[in-house]
Amino acid sequence: MIKDITSFTTGSARIAFKGGPTFYAWIGFLGIVCLWGLAAWWNQFQHGLITTNMRDQVSWAFYIGNFTFLVGVAAAAVMLVIPAYIYNWKPIKEIAIFGELLAVSAIVMSMLFVFVDVGRPDRVWQLMPIIGTPNLPSSLLGWDVMVLNGYLVLNLIIVVHLLYTGFHKRPYNRKFVVPLLLFSIPAAVGIHTVTAFVYAGTAARPFWNSAILAPRFLASAFCSGPAILLILFQILQRTTHIKIKDEAIWKIAELMAYAMFLNLFLFGAEIFREYYSNTHHLIHTQYLYSGVHGHDALVPYAWASLICSVAAFLLFLIPATRTHLVTLNLGCVLIFAGVYIEKGMALVIPGMTPDTLGEFYEYVPTLNEVRIGAGIFAIGFLVFTLLCKMAIPILRDPDSGKAA
Amino acid sequence: MERPTGSDLVNSDQEKLLPGSSSLAILLIVFLSISMLILFSIVRGGVGHVAEGDGGRQAFGPAEISGVEFDGELLPGIEEATTGPDQGEFLVPPPPWSESGYFPCTECHADLDLNPEPRVLEEMHDDIELNHGPSDRWCLDCHNPDDRDVLRLINGRLITFDESYLLCGQCHGTIFRDWRQGIHGRRQGYWNGGKSYLLCAHCHDPHAPAFHAITPLPPPVRPQFLARTAQEEAQEAPHE
Amino acid sequence: MSEKSFDRRTLLVSAGLSTMAGISAAASGKSTGWVERLLKRRFVELSDARREEILTELEEACRVKYGRDDITVTDTPALDGVEFAYGLDLSRCVGCRRCVYSCVHENNQSRDPQIQWIRVLEMKKDHGIDFAESNVYYDPDEVPEPDSFYVPVACQQCRQPACTKVCPVKATWQEPDGIVVIDSDWCLGCRCCMSACPYGARHFNWTEPRIATEEINPDTHIFGNRLRPNGVVEKCTFCIHRTRKGRYPACVEICPVGARKFGNLLDEAGEMRYLMREKRVFVLKEELNTRPRFYYFYAT
Repeated sequence: MIKDITSFTTGSARIAFKGGPTFYAWIGFLGIVCLWGLAAWWNQFQHGLITTNMRDQVSWAFYIGNFTFLVGVAAAAVMLVIPAYIYNWKPIKEIAIFGELLAVSAIVMSMLFVFVDVGRPDRVWQLMPIIGTPNLPSSLLGWDVMVLNGYLVLNLIIVVHLLYTGFHKRPYNRKFVVPLLLFSIPAAVGIHTVTAFVYAGTAARPFWNSAILAPRFLASAFCSGPAILLILFQILQRTTHIKIKDEAIWKIAELMAYAMFLNLFLFGAEIFREYYSNTHHLIHTQYLYSGVHGHDALVPYAWASLICSVAAFLLFLIPATRTHLVTLNLGCVLIFAGVYIEKGMALVIPGMTPDTLGEFYEYVPTLNEVRIGAGIFAIGFLVFTLLCKMAIPILRDPDSGKAA
Repeated sequence: MERPTGSDLVNSDQEKLLPGSSSLAILLIVFLSISMLILFSIVRGGVGHVAEGDGGRQAFGPAEISGVEFDGELLPGIEEATTGPDQGEFLVPPPPWSESGYFPCTECHADLDLNPEPRVLEEMHDDIELNHGPSDRWCLDCHNPDDRDVLRLINGRLITFDESYLLCGQCHGTIFRDWRQGIHGRRQGYWNGGKSYLLCAHCHDPHAPAFHAITPLPPPVRPQFLARTAQEEAQEAPHE
Repeated sequence: MSEKSFDRRTLLVSAGLSTMAGISAAASGKSTGWVERLLKRRFVELSDARREEILTELEEACRVKYGRDDITVTDTPALDGVEFAYGLDLSRCVGCRRCVYSCVHENNQSRDPQIQWIRVLEMKKDHGIDFAESNVYYDPDEVPEPDSFYVPVACQQCRQPACTKVCPVKATWQEPDGIVVIDSDWCLGCRCCMSACPYGARHFNWTEPRIATEEINPDTHIFGNRLRPNGVVEKCTFCIHRTRKGRYPACVEICPVGARKFGNLLDEAGEMRYLMREKRVFVLKEELNTRPRFYYFYAT
């Protein structure tokens, strides 16, 4: 048993780090970005969060926006298992495993974003039950940390089990994996809902305090998560033996069109309520889409996000563009950009601008923040690359368990 | 429709480069570079601009402010009024002009003839601007004509300047009541014990009681300028 | 892979910081071991003896850092039968900001970068109370300006605080006398409370707070005006170090127009109850149901 584990560890590590020049170039690039970000984090650690452009007026911004976006990616990657089951796509194990791997990497990134956002990183252990003092059940961030960690552990268990059995050319334990896999689907909905509640529960910020925030989060996540996977599947199709049927890809694109429709519909409902009722709370939406008193830093991004989303929706809706490789990929990139802007900038920042006392402080990130963000993304990509690298050859063996 | 399917790309080489013609690779590169460009242009743009001449560029602390006594001492006797035998008494500092050289008024007025006629004062008290209620208000409405060291209520009762609030309270009844309850005016000391009040005349010039405008202390520093000093420091110390 | 580095980094950081914190213990000669220090608990959960030890350590740390040996750190508890409340007379306030600087003087806020707990909002008379139209940076030669009135805002010491329930680590709570306090030694710096506060009353130490040694107010309370570290949130505590000993808050005493009132809400004969009986009071953003203990009123 112990021998099995050590051989698995060393074996998969060997696989993970074995590769050609392109692979090493990619890893090297990520490593450099990591170090670049780490240096920026060290600067922030020494001088405090004053190295960011966050202030009392806008006290959450770039980091928390990225955190939110990545929780969405993590949730959606696993939710993709649902249609995979329903439509019985053939390489379902592959789709599930890559979804889980993406989820693991995205959760790691999102937790790192929370880590760099707190003022006292030396005290994060206080969030843990038993050793710390989590303020449950009342604190939603407390819940969020719990469910994210739980979700990470859950996905790691599934992935490690599949890879471990695959490595030893044993069939995986269906009675063990399938319930966990099924459980991870509501868990995925759960993490994003709790994350949405962190915002939606804040009565002081009317821009966030909306009942449809959680559904909007889920809808937009269901666009951005699969967008990454679609691109990944194409890369895998070309560079490995793994065959993912084109029909599956088109079907995912079609589902993304529906999700994007839902997202746009919910967005429209929100916009209607804001503009028709025209209360004081409208000012945040106005700041985002038209600017207020000459404060208009976010306006171009808000419109860019909306245009990207609508364009991608149309591309995915029309069968001809959905099945054409160029427009399909264009749609993926547009969706990714649209949702990233929507979550990363257009959710957190306008919620805080103007602040609760009506002051306008136009936040934009500092270079230091962007560097830390890039570093975290590099770490995430590194994790994902290495995990995929381990998974691909193990999955290659046709004897390594039969998928549902 | 041209699209490479899985079967077109049968290869076992995992490290094979993406086909150069791949729309995907081009798109990803274009996307990455555009987003990088946008991000850096945002960062270079810096935070929102502050119009020239707007306040809040500099951080002031209490130490830089003169003319305001932040370390004000309590009146002596407050502690006794809290716990001692005089518990519950309100202390009042001496009335204004007590030590200005004017008081006692009888020093001059005892030898002067009484002139009840309203007129422009030229020899003495010409600094007093009388702007208090009806236009026919005159000094002797409040100051006792026979002994200028005391004030005179409407009912003829004579009071010292220490009790001037009784005089004001004749007209300003609700404010007088609020003042006695501690709702009007400034008080210092113990919320659950001895405290000192100010007399009406400490804050309101009885001859022209409207409050005068005062200079505000400096505005807070704007978020755009909060980090100025810290950033300078960070630039001085070369990181890594 | 990355979780490992994450954990290791956290461990390294906490180990490093606990070593730094250990310096103060070494200086004070206490027997508390590093294990106990690492597994520290919230101040309110500790035994009286351990609390006493921590207060002494804090005083010692001030001595080392600022070179002053007259700084005392107390943990004066809430008085029985007391619930504090505050009144602010908007018809009197002239917007002179004396209270803002008196508060800074009293509560040891960082001077640069500047932290101020009271924000005085200038509002236009033809708009009425309207936060969206308010201006906190007004700087005329003289106040009040004829077309303006002024609304000072600090912590409203809500009965149903939005800030305390969102704290993920129980680092902020409401005391029996109604004061909402923060444990600066437990605050994570996640700033959830700043998002949740509808009054902008919470302020963050974006870097190491800076205050000149001679400007420090040596009379401090562990949940109030004690010297704070980098990366934690702070707020108005009704001058907890003064009011729990019976004194008025600093802002009440400095106000040149006597617009600020303070007292015990449970005292029928007290000035707060009189005020609420005789005047018509209102609270800010009542629709959020935070139920502040900070009442605004117009005396005339």
